[in-house]
Amino acid sequence: MSTATRHQTTELDRVVIRFAGDSGDGMQLTGTQFTSVSSMFGNDTATLPDFPAEIRAPAGTLAGVSAFQVHISDHDILTPGDQPSVLVAMNPAALKTNVGAVAPGGTVIVNVDAFDERAFEKANYTSNPLTDGSLVGYKVYEVPMTSLTMEVAKAAGVKPRDAERSKNFFALGLVSWLYSRPVDGTLGWIEKRFASTPLVLDANTRAFKAGYNFGETAELFEVNYQVRPAALEPGVYTNITGNTALAWGLIAAAHQANLPLFLGSYPITPASDILHELSKHKHFGVRTVQAEDEIAGVGAAIGAAFGGSLGVTTTSGPGADLKSESVGMAVSLELPLLVINIQRGGPSTGLPTKTEQSDLLHAMYSRHGEAPVPIVAPMTPSHCFEVAIEAARIAVKYRTPVIVLSDGYLANGAEPWRLPDPATLPDLRVEFATETNHTEEDGTPAFWPYVRDEETLARPWAVPGTPGLEHRIGALEKEDGSGNVSYDPVNHERMVHLRAAKVAGIAKDIALLEVDDLGGIGAAPVLVLGWGSTFGAIAAGVRRVRARGLSVAHAHLVHLNPFPSNLGEVLGAYDKVLVPEANLGQLAKMVRADFLVDARTLSKVQGVPFRAAEIEEVVLEMLGATSGTTIDEEDVAS
Amino acid sequence: MTDTQIPVTTRKDWTSDQEVRWCPGCGDYSILAALQMLMPDLGVRRENTVFVSGIGCAARLPYYMNTYGMHSIHGRAPAIATGLAVSRPDLDVWVITGDGDSLSIGGNHLIHALRRNVKITILLFNNQIYGLTKGQYSPTSEQGKVTKSTPFGSLDTPFNPVSLALGAEASFVARTHDMDRKHMQEMFRRAHDHNGAAFVEIYQNCNVFNDGAFEKITSKDARADNLIPLVHGEPIRFGAELEHGVVMEPDGRLRIAEVADVGEDALLVHDERRDEPGLAFQLSRLARGPYEPTPIGIFRAVERPEYGAAMTKQLLEANERRGPGDLTSLLASGGTWTVEA
Repeated sequence: MSTATRHQTTELDRVVIRFAGDSGDGMQLTGTQFTSVSSMFGNDTATLPDFPAEIRAPAGTLAGVSAFQVHISDHDILTPGDQPSVLVAMNPAALKTNVGAVAPGGTVIVNVDAFDERAFEKANYTSNPLTDGSLVGYKVYEVPMTSLTMEVAKAAGVKPRDAERSKNFFALGLVSWLYSRPVDGTLGWIEKRFASTPLVLDANTRAFKAGYNFGETAELFEVNYQVRPAALEPGVYTNITGNTALAWGLIAAAHQANLPLFLGSYPITPASDILHELSKHKHFGVRTVQAEDEIAGVGAAIGAAFGGSLGVTTTSGPGADLKSESVGMAVSLELPLLVINIQRGGPSTGLPTKTEQSDLLHAMYSRHGEAPVPIVAPMTPSHCFEVAIEAARIAVKYRTPVIVLSDGYLANGAEPWRLPDPATLPDLRVEFATETNHTEEDGTPAFWPYVRDEETLARPWAVPGTPGLEHRIGALEKEDGSGNVSYDPVNHERMVHLRAAKVAGIAKDIALLEVDDLGGIGAAPVLVLGWGSTFGAIAAGVRRVRARGLSVAHAHLVHLNPFPSNLGEVLGAYDKVLVPEANLGQLAKMVRADFLVDARTLSKVQGVPFRAAEIEEVVLEMLGATSGTTIDEEDVAS
Repeated sequence: MTDTQIPVTTRKDWTSDQEVRWCPGCGDYSILAALQMLMPDLGVRRENTVFVSGIGCAARLPYYMNTYGMHSIHGRAPAIATGLAVSRPDLDVWVITGDGDSLSIGGNHLIHALRRNVKITILLFNNQIYGLTKGQYSPTSEQGKVTKSTPFGSLDTPFNPVSLALGAEASFVARTHDMDRKHMQEMFRRAHDHNGAAFVEIYQNCNVFNDGAFEKITSKDARADNLIPLVHGEPIRFGAELEHGVVMEPDGRLRIAEVADVGEDALLVHDERRDEPGLAFQLSRLARGPYEPTPIGIFRAVERPEYGAAMTKQLLEANERRGPGDLTSLLASGGTWTVEA
C-alpha cells in the first residue's frame, strides 16, 4: 500500500470510534483488532464491547445490533469515552441504535449498500435516514462496502454467498487508513487467524486492503488523522480483557501458592471466557471440569480444595444464587475457595450481556446464617490479574471462601497492561498440616481440625494422604477445637463469633484505603467513594472537576469485606460523600450502616458504565458549582 | 510415604471414636459393620481413603470411619467427590448417600458422576423413605404410599435406582441388601476395585419409618425364593433347590420360569461385561418392587475410560508438548509491544 497521500493528515490527541453492525457482521473482531493495532502503535486504549444476548437475532433488526467502542489517545485515559466521535454503521439498524450516542458534529460512516427499503423496515425507519435530513449535524460518509468487498472477495475465488462476509475487514481497512494505523500488524494477524482457511484469508486480506485504499483514493475524505503514541510508563505491554487477566491471575496465584489450580464451572455469560482461557493452560497443571450445573461447579471446587488444590468456581448472577448454599458450607468447613462472580444486569436472567454492580449485597448476605465471606473487586480490566492473586492470598491464608466481584464491563473491556515481572509477585505458599496438634486426656496425640492459628484464626489445612491426621469435617456445627459435631448452644455462639472475627481480622492484613485528594485527606469538600468498575469514570470525572479549578477527592475500594481499617476515618474527614454505583446504592447502604455517614448515592442501572460527565455533573452540584461549559477530562493528563 | 507396604489393620483401626447415633435396629448399622470389617482387606491405607456424604441418615456414616471424611450438604456429595477424585487420583473416594439425597435433591450430580465415569464408589442406602425429616415418602417409595406428607397416598411413580444408573451410562451397577453382610462386602469390594464410577444400591431397612419395606424378599425364609443372585457366566436361577430361573421370551422379554418346565439350557446366562446395557436394564426391571423375585448382584461391570485418568493424560500431554507452564511466556502470549524509556 502506498504511503504517499494527497490527503492532509491532522493530529488528534484522542478519538472515540464505535463500530456497529449486525451480530453476524464481526464487529467485535473488528473493534478488537483495531484496538490491538492501536495499542501496539503506542496509544493508550480503553474499550466497551456491547452486544446482544441473542447469538444471532434476525439479521438487520434493532435487537441484533452488536457494537464495539474504542477510545484511543496520545495520553493516559480512564474510560472508553463518553461519546464516540466516529460511528461506523454497517446497516440501518446499527445506525439507528447508535447514532444518538455520537458527539454533535461527529463522523458517521455507513455501508450504503445495506440501506434499502427492506432494511429500513427491519430497523423501523419510515424514511431513508441518509436523505431525510435526520443526520444533519453529522459528517456522513456513504461507502458501498458490501459491493466493493464482494468484488475483491470474488476475485479471491470465494463463493458470492460468502464474499460479503469479509466486509468488516473492508471497514477495518478504511478506518485504519482514516486514523493512519500501521497495516502490517493487521495483515499479519489476518494471516495467523485464518491460516486454516486460505480462501477466507485471501478474501479478508483483499477486503482490508481495498478498504484502506478506498480511503486513500476515493476523494471522499478530505483529511485523515493521526493519534500519536501516548507517553506510557516504559515496559512491555499487552492488551488484555478483564476475564483473561482474571484467568491469568488465577494461574499466577496457584503458581505462587505452589498449589494445583482446579476450576469447577458451568458456562454462563459473561463469565465463560475464564473457563475457556483456563482450559487452554493444561501445561500449568490446571484442571477444569465443566460441571453439570452451577452447584456442581462450586461443589467440585470445594472437593478439590479439601484435597489441597486452589479450588475456584466462576459464574455470574444466576449462578451465584445457586452457589450460595455451597459457599455457606465452605464458610463452615473453613476451606479456601475462590468464587468469581462476573456481575451482569439482574434480577433473574436479567441482562446477560450488560454490566451491573448489583451483587454486592448478595455477596455479603446471600447465605443463610451468620456466614461472612471476604469480598474483593477489581477496578479495571488489567487489575483483575492482581485481584485474583489477592483473593487467593486471603483464601489460602485464612482458609475461607473469597468472592471476587468483577462485572461484564471489566470482563470484556480491554486496555493496555504493563506486564508485571513474575518475580515480584507475592509468595502465597501455604503449609499443609503434617503433625498432630492435640493430646488426648490419656496422652495419645490427636489431630484436631478446628484448632486455630492465634494470629489469623485460620484452622489447619490437613489434606487427605497425610498419615495420622485422618479427620472428618462437615457442614453441621462443630465443637471449637476438636471439630466434632456439637449442638451445644454456647459452643455455637463461640463458633459464630470466631468465624466472624476471622473474617473481620483480615482488615489488619490488607492495604489502607488510599485517597486521591490533592490537598491531603479531608482537604476537598466532597469525597467520591467507588468500588469496582466505576474506577475509570469516577477518576475521569474527578479530573474534569479539577480542570475547573475545583477540589474533589476520590477513594476506591478493592476490599469490600472487610473494609480497609481506615475507611471510617477517611469518610469522617469529608463533609459530603458521593457513592456512584451501578445499582441502587448497595455500597452506600453498607457504609451508612457501618459508619453512620450521610453518603449520597449516584445510581445508574442501564447496563452500561457511567460516563465521566455524569460523575462530574453531580460532583459540581455538590460543590455548589454549575457545569456551564463542557470540560473534557481526557484532554487533561493526570 | 516411601513405605509401599500396606499396614495390616483391623476393623478397630477403621472405626472412629464417635458414638454411632442411628436409631437402634437401623439397617445402617449392618452396612457400617460390613464396611468397617471389609476395609482391612481392600489393601488400602486409611489416610488415602475419603468418605464423602450429603444429608440424610446414611450421610452420617463418614463420622464413624477413621479416615478422611466430609459430611457435606444435601445431594452434592457426588459433585464434591468428583472434584476431589479428579484432582487427587491417588485417593480412594467413597460417596455415601440415600434415596432422597441422590435421587431427589442430588439427582443431577449422581447421573453426571456416573456418565463421566469418575473413579468414585457410590453406596446408595435405599430405604424408600425420608428418615431424618421423620417419615415423608421418597423418590423410591412405592406409589400410593401413605406418609405424613401424603395422607391420601403418594402420586409419584418411583425411580428404580439400578435402571436409572444404567440409563446414566454407569459402567458398574450392583444391588445388595443390609441383611447379608457377605454379599454386601462382595459388592463393595468389586465396586471399590472398579476403575470408574461404581454404583451400589443397598436395600436398607428403616425400622422406624418404613419397617419391613424389603422383608418380603430379604427375610431369611423369603430370600431363597425372592432374591435372584446374578453371577457372571452362570445361568440365572434361584430357589432353595435352584428350581426357578430367568428365560428370555422370543419377543425379547424376560420372564421367571420353572427350570423343570423350560430346561436348564433355556436359562439366561448372566454376562456383567456385556457392552450393550439393554439386558442389564431388563434384569433391573424384572421385579416391579421389593415384594417379588428381585435380582441382586452385579448387573453391569464394563471397562471404559476413567475421567480423572483421562484428564491427567491431557495434562501430561500438554506438558510434553509445551513444557511446564512459565508465567513470563503466559503473560506475553497475547502479543506484546515495548514502550521505551
